[in-house]
Amino acid sequence: MEMTGAEIICESLLREGVDTIFGLPGGAVLPFYGALSGYPALRHILVRHEQAAAMAADGYARATGKVGVCSATSGPGATNLVTGLASAQMDSVPIVCITGQVPRPAIGRDAFQETDITGITLPVTKHNYLVMDVRDVAPAIKEAFYIARTGRPGPVLIDVPKDILAGEKIEFEWPETIDLPGYNPPGEPDPQQIAAAAQLIDQSERPVILAGHGVLISRAWDELRQLAEKAQIPVITTLLGIGSLPTDHVLHMGMPGMHGMAYASLAIDRSDLVIALGARFDDRVTGRLSDFAPHAKIIHFDVDPSEFNKNVVADVPVLGDLKAGLRALVNRVNSNVHLDWIKETDNLRAEHPSLFIRKSDVLLPQQVLKELSDETNGESIIVTGVGQHQMWAAQHYGYKEPNSLITSGGSGAMGFEVPAALGAKVGRPDKTVWSIAGDGGFQMTLCDLATAVENNIDVKYAILNNGSLGMVRQWQDFFYDKDFFSTIYSKNPDFVKLAEAYGIRGIRVTKQEEVAGAIQEAMETPGPVVVDFVVKEDEFVYPMIPAGESVHEMLEEPEAEGVVG
Amino acid sequence: MNDHNEQQHTIIALVQDRPGVLTRVASLFRRRGFNIASLAVGASEQPGLSRLTFVVTGDQYTVEQATRHLDKLVDVVKVSNISGEDVVARELALIKVRATPSSRSEILEMANLFRAKVVDVGARSLVVEITGEEDKIDALYHLLRPFGILELMRTGRVAMVRGKAGGRISDDVGADSITIGRNGVAAQLAGSAPGHYEGV
Repeated sequence: MEMTGAEIICESLLREGVDTIFGLPGGAVLPFYGALSGYPALRHILVRHEQAAAMAADGYARATGKVGVCSATSGPGATNLVTGLASAQMDSVPIVCITGQVPRPAIGRDAFQETDITGITLPVTKHNYLVMDVRDVAPAIKEAFYIARTGRPGPVLIDVPKDILAGEKIEFEWPETIDLPGYNPPGEPDPQQIAAAAQLIDQSERPVILAGHGVLISRAWDELRQLAEKAQIPVITTLLGIGSLPTDHVLHMGMPGMHGMAYASLAIDRSDLVIALGARFDDRVTGRLSDFAPHAKIIHFDVDPSEFNKNVVADVPVLGDLKAGLRALVNRVNSNVHLDWIKETDNLRAEHPSLFIRKSDVLLPQQVLKELSDETNGESIIVTGVGQHQMWAAQHYGYKEPNSLITSGGSGAMGFEVPAALGAKVGRPDKTVWSIAGDGGFQMTLCDLATAVENNIDVKYAILNNGSLGMVRQWQDFFYDKDFFSTIYSKNPDFVKLAEAYGIRGIRVTKQEEVAGAIQEAMETPGPVVVDFVVKEDEFVYPMIPAGESVHEMLEEPEAEGVVG
Repeated sequence: MNDHNEQQHTIIALVQDRPGVLTRVASLFRRRGFNIASLAVGASEQPGLSRLTFVVTGDQYTVEQATRHLDKLVDVVKVSNISGEDVVARELALIKVRATPSSRSEILEMANLFRAKVVDVGARSLVVEITGEEDKIDALYHLLRPFGILELMRTGRVAMVRGKAGGRISDDVGADSITIGRNGVAAQLAGSAPGHYEGV
């Protein structure tokens, strides 16, 4: 049957197993929407801002392991996607983005709503396309999904001019093969490298595993657990690696780095072998590179060769699919016990509890996360933006399952938590999804509460409301002479009334004894709910390793009476 | 950072002829902070593929990062660092030099010595075409400078490894070819230490 470009896109999306598209139409992309309305199998979720479309696609992708799909029109519609694409690129999240473009004859003439979106998104996508022939539409989509999900995943954008969406009709043909001679994602790792890694592991006395996002991306959590248990190696998870081993597993050693648990950073400092699994040695993890893991050899598993030696030189680089690599490694390593080392790490935990929540007269944000963890049994999907709330969510929630923390890690995009939670819930309707927000980030994307209401997407929003840009304020307190310039929100809206304006339940919590009840009430209420937790304004995230410093310059919370979290 | 051991590296990339491929390459070098000393592009022996010759200035760390990131680009089929190889390297230059009736013969003589060709004769100028390695072009340029250089156009280096077969996609263009994407060759992954930087 002969089809327009728009219909070919819809057919191609079905072939790729797409069931949901987050988007917002406009002039140039309208022919695509015209076709889409005839494809009920492709659920379109209309957002209020295109940034939400990209971030919801990100949340959907991370919650499901599938490719997230979003769409927008040309010009400002497309540019509004950019922050979401940048976040997905930094965190290696597979997204395919379809944008409308002005008709081909208008390209280059500064037409209404014309923007060079392939040029703009070059550095924030894994690859992108400007399709200039209707015959290229189906191949571009097939390639885009393949590129997005294979190797090191990432976002791919396809820009389609309006006259290709609604112009010449051609016979639809779904390509059977992909012709990408320049794209060859690595397969199974070299057995020699696996053997070299196994040898280092067998010889080590104080090994640690640093589990990154790659463990979750390649769905290698079972293999991670087998390796850790067989060779008795403590597992430290990066922010994006959280959930790759249950937090309550006896070998789980927390998160390292700037706001990681002190014992995790100290364990790396004292280790003689760091086994990095799909982690990229971000500056927030390593601190000052020259002081990172000074006594350790490094084994680095990665699917992206450009990560080797980028920040940290690997003694044994292992290129390839992590799941296959770990499976081979588990068979090669000897069963082992490192009794002295495990005892030492236990001592580190005892000496540097790090998750200590002190007694307080006012509501502390840490307590909210701790109680949320208890009330949900660590089984919810937690979605955060960036800042203090993100770090407390990483520290105080007891994650039981893979992919249960969805956060804008590398890019650190405020406002990610509102739309990404929508995507996560749409992808995993069986799970309770809690969006943890700061009052700053929440106000960047709260317009998409309407999307939650309109589509009955049952996300529970918890605002840790300290009336300020808390993390920035913390830096001002620590490093900028307590000059709290431009970080205080003195006139925040009433978030409860705001929720009610959107037609959803709003709950305000100001006292410690109200926290558990409010969490239960939110979960018992069908549909989206906003809980405004009014917390202590000037609370700090501890521990903290200042930027560019090492674990030896770590600031820990001053001693106080309290309970260990 | 990395101001020690700066040197020039010759990198050859086989790329697909697709719109924007040069932008992708240039954008990559800019955003990763790699310096391109020269860049030459032209058709290869295979339809649909072009060959790029880069000269990159930097230490071992920089050039390794540059080649690996280059290889990650979807439109880049193959990348080879041929710096340590036995190569033929050539550049072409057109030099428009001021020439009066009295200086013309002297310029012609110099051009002959360098086996350069005079390709245009004007009333007050000559255009000299020279092909060779960069130092040869530099040398002629310096000799002609006293006459007055009106215009200079250099193509940048093009280079090829001597003796080996063709340059088909599957062939090794040089010993340091980046084919880790397919083979997982561990030896090529060993590398030099990154530079350190202040906290962000």
